[in-house]
Amino acid sequence: MTDRTLAPTAPTTLGATPTKPARRASAFSSHRMSFVTWLYLYVSLFFVAAIVLLPLLTTALGGFKTLGDLRVHPFGLPGEWQWSNYTDILLSARYWQMLGNSFLIATLTVALTLAVAAMAAFTFAHVTFFGSSFLLNYFLIGLMFPVATAILPLFIRIRDLGLLDTYWGVVLPQVAFGLGMSILLFRRFFQNVPKELFDAAFVDGCGYLGYFWHITLPLSRPILATVGIVSFVGSWNSYLLPLILLNSDSKYPWPLGIMVYQGEYSSDWQLILAFITLTILPTIIVFFAAQKHIVAGLTAGAVKG
Amino acid sequence: MGIQGKLPVLVLFLPPALLLFTLFVILPMGEAAWYSFYDWNGYGLPEKFVGFRNFELLWRTSAFTTALGNNFLIILVSIVIQLPLALWLATMVSNRIPGAVVFRLIFFMPYVLADVAAGLIWRFVYDGDYGLFAAIASMFNVASPYVLADRHLAIYAVLAVIVWKYFGFHMMLFIAGLQNIDKSYYEAAEIDGASRWQRFRSITLPLLAPTIRLSVFFSVVGSLQLFDMIMPLTGGGPSNSTQTMVTFLYTYGITRMKVGFGSAIGVVLFIICVTLAFGYRRIFMRND
Repeated sequence: MTDRTLAPTAPTTLGATPTKPARRASAFSSHRMSFVTWLYLYVSLFFVAAIVLLPLLTTALGGFKTLGDLRVHPFGLPGEWQWSNYTDILLSARYWQMLGNSFLIATLTVALTLAVAAMAAFTFAHVTFFGSSFLLNYFLIGLMFPVATAILPLFIRIRDLGLLDTYWGVVLPQVAFGLGMSILLFRRFFQNVPKELFDAAFVDGCGYLGYFWHITLPLSRPILATVGIVSFVGSWNSYLLPLILLNSDSKYPWPLGIMVYQGEYSSDWQLILAFITLTILPTIIVFFAAQKHIVAGLTAGAVKG
Repeated sequence: MGIQGKLPVLVLFLPPALLLFTLFVILPMGEAAWYSFYDWNGYGLPEKFVGFRNFELLWRTSAFTTALGNNFLIILVSIVIQLPLALWLATMVSNRIPGAVVFRLIFFMPYVLADVAAGLIWRFVYDGDYGLFAAIASMFNVASPYVLADRHLAIYAVLAVIVWKYFGFHMMLFIAGLQNIDKSYYEAAEIDGASRWQRFRSITLPLLAPTIRLSVFFSVVGSLQLFDMIMPLTGGGPSNSTQTMVTFLYTYGITRMKVGFGSAIGVVLFIICVTLAFGYRRIFMRND
C-alpha cells in the first residue's frame, strides 16, 4: 500500500515547483547542463532512490503475498493478492489500540511540552531576575546526555511514584527530557519579537501574563508547530521508555506492539510485513501531507539546538 | 509597573518546568552516580556498598568493550561514508532540477520512520529464507547468507541500515547549509573558469564547514544513544557482536535488574557524552 500513497503524491509535490516557472527557467539557462552531466545526475539519484524505496516497497507488497509466494518471489507483484492479510489486521482491535495508545501518549507529550516549555522560555526571554542565566544553563544540561544514561534510577522513581504501567509514567519523563531543546527553541523565537510590542502592551496596562496570552502565543504559531512536530515525532516513534515503563500489552504504543507481534508470528513474514506496513502508514501519509512543516521542523529543531 | 508583574510570572511559569526537569532528568542522573557504587536489585534501600567494583566489572566484560568499539565504529562510518554521501546528494538536489523536491522527500523518508520499523523491515531484507538477500543469492545460485546470524558480518549489516536511515537527515542539513551560500561566489568562479570540482573544493566545502561540524556532532550523539534499531535487527547478538552501549545497558542492567551495574554503565555513558559534547564544542564549534 505504501506505493499507492507514494505515487499520487509525487505529481503534487512536483506540481508545487512550477508555480515559479520564471525563476526556474532562469536558473536553468545560467547552468546549462551537458547531456553527460544530466545523465550522471539522474542515474545517481534514481539509484539511491531505488535503494531507499526497494525495502519499503517489498515490505508493502510482501504483505499481500502468501508465505510460499514470498519465499519464491520476494521481489515483484504477488501472484495472488492476499487482501485478507491486511484486512484481518485492520479489523483487529489490537492494531487500533496500539495506534490509539501511541496517539494518546504523543498528544499528551506535545500538549504538556508546549505549555511547560513555552512558559519557562517566556520567563527567560522577557523577565530579568536573579539567577536567570544559571537556571537556563541548568535546563541546557539536559541536552548533553540521552535518556538511557539515567534509565534505571528513572524506572525506580516512576515505580515509587506509582506511575509504572501508566500513560503518565511515559509522558512525564518524555516531556522532561525534551524540555532543554524546547525551551531553547522557544526562547530564541520569543527574543526576536520586536521590543516595541512589549513596551506598547505595557503602556496599555497589559501585564506579563496578558502579554504572554494575547501577544506572544498568537505570534508564535511557527515555533509552536516546530516544537510540536519534534516532540510528536519523537514520542510517536519512541521505544526505550515505553519498553521499560509499561508492562501490559493493552497500554503498548505501536513500536512495542509491533515487536510483540513479530515475536508471536516470528516466521509468518507475510503477516509481519502487512503489520509493519499498516503501522508506518500513518507516518508516511502525514509526512507527505505536511512534508514542508515536518522537514523544516525536524531539521530546524536540530540545527537551532 | 514591570516589577509587580514579575512575581506572578516567576511563581507560575517557571516551577512546572523546573519540577519536571529536576524530578525526571537531574535527580535520576545524580542517583545513577550514587547507585553505581552499590550492588542493588532495586528493592529496599541500596546498602551493599561495593566501591568501584561495578566499574571494574564493566571494564572486564568483553561485551562492553565490544559495545564501546561498535559505537566508535558507527561514528567512523557516519563520518567516512554517510557524510560524503549526504553531501554529494545535497549538492545534486539543492539545484533547481526537475524532480529535486521528490528526490529530497524520498531520501528524507527513512528518517521519519521509527527505528523499530526500519529495523524490522531490514530484518526481512536480510532474512536468509524469505528476504531479499535470499532472493539475490538464489538468483546467483549461491547459498543464501544469514547475515544477521554471522558474528563477523552482523555489525556491517547494522551499519548499512544506519546509513540507509540517517543519510537523508544529514542531506537536509547540507541542503540548508548550501542555500545559505551566496550564489555570486559561484558566478564569479564560473566566469574565472573554475571547474565543477574546483568550485566545490574552494567554495562549497569551506563555506559548509559549520554544517559539516554540526552533522558530525549529530552522528556522535546519535551513535551514543543507538538502541531502537538494534533490538529488532539483532538484539545485540550474535554473541554480543552488535551490542552498543545502550543495548548493553539494557541487556545486562535492566533485564537483570542489576541497578548498581546498570547505573555504572549509565555513568560511563554520561561521562563520554559530556566529554565529547564539551570537547567538540570547544575545539570545533568555537566560531559557530
